[in-house]
Amino acid sequence: MKTFPKGGVHPPENKKASGSAIEVLPLPKSVRIHLSQHLGAPAEPIVAKGDMVKAGQLIAKSTGFISANIHSPVSGIVQKIEPAPDSSGYKRPAIFIDVQGDEWMETIDRSPNLIKFPDLNSEEIITRIGRMGIVGLGGATFPSHVKITVPKGKKAEILIINGVECEPYLTSDHRLMLEKGEEILVGTQLLMKALRVNKAVIGIESNKPDAISHLSTLCARYPDIRVETLQVKYPQGGEKQLIKAITGREVPSGRLPIDVGAVVHNVGTAFAVYEAITKNKPLFERIVTVTGKSMERTANYLVRIGTPVTELIEATGGMPEDTGKVINGGPMMGQALPLLDVPVTKGTSGIVLMPVTESNRRTTMNCIRCSRCNSVCAMGLEPYFLMSLGEAKRWDDMEQARVMDCMECGSCSYTCPSGRPLLDYIRLGKNSVNRLIRSRSK
Amino acid sequence: MNTVVITIISLSVIGSLSGFILFLIARKFKVFEDPRIDDVEAVLPGANCGGCGYPGCRGFAENCVKAESLDALFCPVGGNDGMVKIAEALGKVAVTKDPTVAVIRCSGSPDHRTRTTRYDSAATCEIASGLFSGDTACSYGCLGLGDCVVVCTFDAIHMNPVTLLPEVIDEKCTSCGACVKACPKTIVELRKKSKKDRKIFVSCVNQDKGAAAKKACSVACIACKVCVKTCEFDAITIENFLAYIDPVKCTLCRKCVSVCPTDSILEINFPPRKVAEVETVVSEIQAN
Repeated sequence: MKTFPKGGVHPPENKKASGSAIEVLPLPKSVRIHLSQHLGAPAEPIVAKGDMVKAGQLIAKSTGFISANIHSPVSGIVQKIEPAPDSSGYKRPAIFIDVQGDEWMETIDRSPNLIKFPDLNSEEIITRIGRMGIVGLGGATFPSHVKITVPKGKKAEILIINGVECEPYLTSDHRLMLEKGEEILVGTQLLMKALRVNKAVIGIESNKPDAISHLSTLCARYPDIRVETLQVKYPQGGEKQLIKAITGREVPSGRLPIDVGAVVHNVGTAFAVYEAITKNKPLFERIVTVTGKSMERTANYLVRIGTPVTELIEATGGMPEDTGKVINGGPMMGQALPLLDVPVTKGTSGIVLMPVTESNRRTTMNCIRCSRCNSVCAMGLEPYFLMSLGEAKRWDDMEQARVMDCMECGSCSYTCPSGRPLLDYIRLGKNSVNRLIRSRSK
Repeated sequence: MNTVVITIISLSVIGSLSGFILFLIARKFKVFEDPRIDDVEAVLPGANCGGCGYPGCRGFAENCVKAESLDALFCPVGGNDGMVKIAEALGKVAVTKDPTVAVIRCSGSPDHRTRTTRYDSAATCEIASGLFSGDTACSYGCLGLGDCVVVCTFDAIHMNPVTLLPEVIDEKCTSCGACVKACPKTIVELRKKSKKDRKIFVSCVNQDKGAAAKKACSVACIACKVCVKTCEFDAITIENFLAYIDPVKCTLCRKCVSVCPTDSILEINFPPRKVAEVETVVSEIQAN
């Protein structure tokens, strides 16, 4: 079985919700849609207070190349547009919509029929993906149309579909592969057409044998696509790790996957592409796993963007008493929510409720130079060294030590026997180095 | 015996030869340094705090000597007296600045704003503010992790263990501005120093609308504009739902302090008020 060679950890999988079929969550009373739920420039609202909107209607326009359109997830009346706390607690502009009925745009095909081969060329697919506001659904929310626009002078050779889902607890991609396998494959073909490549590989870790066998069977009818079983290792879902595992090519430091001829998309994105192209449906709902160790019921929901997180937890049987932390995303890369009154965004892959016994940080002790962080770093960095540079605010030296290669997978903090906040200082360094780079280019 | 003599002679020859070579090299590579730099450095406080914007006191001295006029240069630690000494040493004219002091514009102690979450990661404000808005409902207020205390070279800021907020010791503060740069929430402000260290300022930076601010913290500025109406000197302005008292226009009359409904305007180092005085002010407002 293939895997990436350098570093990696294997946290307990805890994929409790892998057996729960995808359920459609009832519509909330009102939704809150943040204008910045993708990487890049925030979208600009094109509706005003009091406007009637339908599900799928464009409500905020992308501003610039790296930005994405936002569509209304529900039908109803725009209540207000004002700043509201997002998942970090800071107030960012958002559109509030009061739900009324469930009327979709007429252009959207709501039938469950599978449409296989839409007659579109590469440019048409790319513009439509851009128009439909599709972003990377693995969690990074990078606008997808940017990723499939191959820069001049470069050539894509292989498309990799990321079905790894290496984060513990999360099962949304797993369920999607089981239930929407055919659709994912059609979406993959559309992405291949857009990129003009004739080879696609779906990477899945071996802890999802049902998804592997299901997709392999379906792939028999799609000769260009094959499924690759990968050894279970975190952070295999990282773009660079997945490329290395599947193709053996290494993306050089500071470069992009396209430089080695590879493009990686998440299975969720492939499904969204399928819906956008064949059904004309913009990205306004996604699969969210709601799980936790002490939860009696776990679930995978099909949720409209903007639904309050509290409704998801309520629908799954409420918050267990011993909850210490509610995490937006997986326990490794996710972010603890400082307040629960926040909406689901395009990047919310899961809501994990951690019991209080597991949610506290360990006491920070001195570095004992055991070098475990070095050996688990999948990017070959030296986290202990980066942390001491960060403490001393030596940003130039951090840049020299390739801090910008860090993808914040958290393996170093996870493995540190002294419980040192390695990633916190590395992240601080990344922000500061980013500022340095920007001020230099000015 | 012979060995001892030879050793002494050869070592002395090597020694004097090396000495001579070093002397020649020192002459050849002598760096001329303006002697005035040393003069200026001698009158500088030697704190190397970086408050002037240059790397240490020597860096500042070099720039003072190089610069044509001293207009853009100011040592906050030495203050006006220090600048006069520098100007004397260089034969230039010094600018005078009103002395300032750092103030902490947040009064959100645990009594006033409840903790909504618990933060237990790296205890620096810089990291915490990058992760989330803070462990209380107020996303503007002090995080209480003490980045300002750490950067202060003069031991002038301390954490109050009861309020969990930093406090400035006016006598020690040199207004070097290190804390202003360190605070990710821009809570610290350098304000004009007044007689007997008296000061009146809005101790809040919350830019939410009144209701939201009040809900988050009971001593937040709710932008009710009562202070603006009360002030006879046009010293108070409201921007982004937050009042600001212009330290230049303010005459320290204290009228705004007693009318503030949320007690977000602080008066510090004033003698206690007489009860009657407060009542007259309040009745005057009500009459208007």
